[in-house]
Amino acid sequence: MSVTLQTEPFDPGELLSAFCQGRRETGGICSFTGLARAEAGQTRLLTLEAYPGFTDAAIAAMAQAAALRFDLQDWRIVHRVGPISPGEAIVFVATAAAHRRAAFEACDHLMDWLKSRAPFWKQEQGPAGSRWIEPTSQDLADASRWDRAAD
Amino acid sequence: MARVLLFGRLADLAGWRERRIEADSLVSLRSAISAADPDLGEALQGPSVQVALDKVLVRGDRTLGPDAEVAFLPPMSGG
Repeated sequence: MSVTLQTEPFDPGELLSAFCQGRRETGGICSFTGLARAEAGQTRLLTLEAYPGFTDAAIAAMAQAAALRFDLQDWRIVHRVGPISPGEAIVFVATAAAHRRAAFEACDHLMDWLKSRAPFWKQEQGPAGSRWIEPTSQDLADASRWDRAAD
Repeated sequence: MARVLLFGRLADLAGWRERRIEADSLVSLRSAISAADPDLGEALQGPSVQVALDKVLVRGDRTLGPDAEVAFLPPMSGG
């Protein structure tokens, strides 16, 4: 159960292999890897800013809550910060549970929260310059599915 | 001296990301910032800007100790 924010690129395959090690009571592991899109040449570079000590604490608190909600055995989150080029992995999420449904749902839930509510500040640099971006309405709608489900 | 941190568009607007500013409360810190840079002072008053004191979100005024860390957080984008 850990979160890592790092500027260096990561290999999602290595992270998944490491996460799968030494499990005798886990029935299912679900993982998601998010990549930076080029947006048909509109995005040359993505820069993610985090507040060390605040961003990682917020992610860990949210993941701990998700672990209770979905009865996870374990979770792992790795998120890039700093400049990220199109095609590079930005985020890796893995969840482990006794049964697959919980692992799938928790991974989906964690990603929706990370995409819409995690304390990052994202800047896109493209041919027309750079701009700070905020969650899309689709990101917010995806995240709100889980608010309703918790009622 | 409070350690003041700016993120995202607030840092771009100010032209700095971290600075030490003499202030004994959040209100006096905002006044000091506004006196030096009225545009930044106004931007920090925006309803969408959150304030973290020692990495915990706070509302309203707070007393600042000598090693206080104050972060002004514009709307978060998600990852």
